[in-house]
Amino acid sequence: MRFARPETLYDVPTHYCSGCGHGITHRLVAQAIDDLGVRERVIATAPVGCAVLMYDYFNCDVIECAHGRSPAAATGLKRCLPDRIVFTYQGDGDLAAIGTAETIHAANRGENITVVFINNAIYGMTGGQMAPTTMIDQVTTTTPHGRDARLQGPPIRVCELLSSLDGVAYLERVAVSTPRDVIQAGRAIKKAFQYQLDGKGFSLVEVLSMCPTDWKLPPVKAAEFVNEKMKRVFPLGVYKDKG
Amino acid sequence: MKTGTEKLFMKGNEVMSEAAIRAGCRFFAGYPITPQNEVPEYMSHRMPEAGGIFVQAESELAAINMLFGASATGARCMTSSSSPGISLKQEGISYIAGAELPCVIANMQRGGPGLGNIRASQGDYFQATKGGGHGDYHLIVLAPSTCQELWTLTMNAFDYADRFRNPVMILGDGILGQMAEPVEPTPYEPVCELPDKDWILDGCKGREPRVIRSLYLRPAEALAEHNRHLHAKYDRIRHALPRAEEIAVDDARLVVSAYGMTARIAGGAVHEARRRGMKVGLIRPITVWPFPEEPFLRAAEHARQFLVCEMSEGQMIEDVRLACQYRRPVAFYGQGGGWYPTPEKIFERIAVLYEECR
Repeated sequence: MRFARPETLYDVPTHYCSGCGHGITHRLVAQAIDDLGVRERVIATAPVGCAVLMYDYFNCDVIECAHGRSPAAATGLKRCLPDRIVFTYQGDGDLAAIGTAETIHAANRGENITVVFINNAIYGMTGGQMAPTTMIDQVTTTTPHGRDARLQGPPIRVCELLSSLDGVAYLERVAVSTPRDVIQAGRAIKKAFQYQLDGKGFSLVEVLSMCPTDWKLPPVKAAEFVNEKMKRVFPLGVYKDKG
Repeated sequence: MKTGTEKLFMKGNEVMSEAAIRAGCRFFAGYPITPQNEVPEYMSHRMPEAGGIFVQAESELAAINMLFGASATGARCMTSSSSPGISLKQEGISYIAGAELPCVIANMQRGGPGLGNIRASQGDYFQATKGGGHGDYHLIVLAPSTCQELWTLTMNAFDYADRFRNPVMILGDGILGQMAEPVEPTPYEPVCELPDKDWILDGCKGREPRVIRSLYLRPAEALAEHNRHLHAKYDRIRHALPRAEEIAVDDARLVVSAYGMTARIAGGAVHEARRRGMKVGLIRPITVWPFPEEPFLRAAEHARQFLVCEMSEGQMIEDVRLACQYRRPVAFYGQGGGWYPTPEKIFERIAVLYEECR
């Protein structure tokens, strides 16, 4: 097998920070689209957050949505063009804070779309504020003494939350912090797209991802942070699979 | 073109819904709110019959963002609501205006602010015509005053949206939505040239990928350039679309102005004044953005005074003052909070003001 740039990615440098997980995840999404041979049928939604400029990297149609509203916009896209492949790419603030209602209801309607959910436990683009997935005691610019469950509540576990909804076809939490994890993440993302192609309904892959800049850690330490801290709070695995 | 014998007798909300479907609307998303519930109810059964899509959204916010996606595929699409729900849609409306996506939004206005009440109102004029959402944009805003006109303007709304790649608002009120009257369902005919939708997202097969967005970070001038582009379009709309009905204005000493349901009521009062030999006319803006300025400027040549009637504490009155360039005094009769005037009360105001105009 030849290791080459997927056709679904443009040959351009990205704006992402060193050690950020977006670059790896972009590649995995692009590879899945290539492998399934559907690039010319894809319509992606760009989020508000670090990945808003993903249309500069993805070689497919993209619509840039308001913060958190991607699942609603994707509903409009997919319902009007059911034979196209629609995916949203959303961060934790986008999906699990401001867009919680849109996420839950698109999932519950069983919209036949794929969601790639980047969980890095922090708001990246705005400079490191608390996210809905920020962990207890994690220091951010708005939790200077660490997240306190009594004040901010505990982190939201999205896969667990959505797993109770009958409209959901597939939920898996993966990471991109080790080579083994990256391989599994690629499999999960491809499977999520395959479920959409098969008309099985709502699929979501949660990706535990690094944010070295806002965690104030060097890239290697950031990967260790995912492995040692995040995986304990957000266990990897399949949370729902309708098969 | 005549349709023969077909007549509809339906509530305004249903008239608007059926007109939308016959104009080719194939995607509707909405959320229940009084007094527009007949719209999603009607769409829920008619839209699938017509081969279209109905989605009951989880919120007004979701509904307008579903349109954002649907419109991007090139589908004619619509949402409806009433005042508090329209406030919720403003975020999406701003993005839709920024991304230049065509769609139709109906506001069957009710009393406000806040939860207000469920009686008819015209308290959202500023929101509809001056912005509403963030940023420097405009909606095209149409103000029907009868169910028949609601039928026609709904069809026109889809054409204007496609022609200018701009969201169009139908600014009605709770009376128009709830009243039933006979409507001749004239067939849909495009009211203008409709450009090819060469910007839609449907997968990049056989072409370069497309992006629909409203973010302009680089170069530094990009957003200013985008705003200039939008405002050049708004200037074209200002040139092409202003429309008003003028009744007995030519020799009028007193000119009444009102839009929508209030204009219909004011028309009765103007008719009564003419019956008594008083030189009173009516200017009824049909488009409230762009505002039809020319009839007011013309009327200011001979009219001594204007009287604006609204179901609010006075919003359109500001546009009337600007349109007649402050050449004549502009009086006001109206009330906010879910209220409608009677022809008798408007006539009383006319009679008092007319004495001053003699």
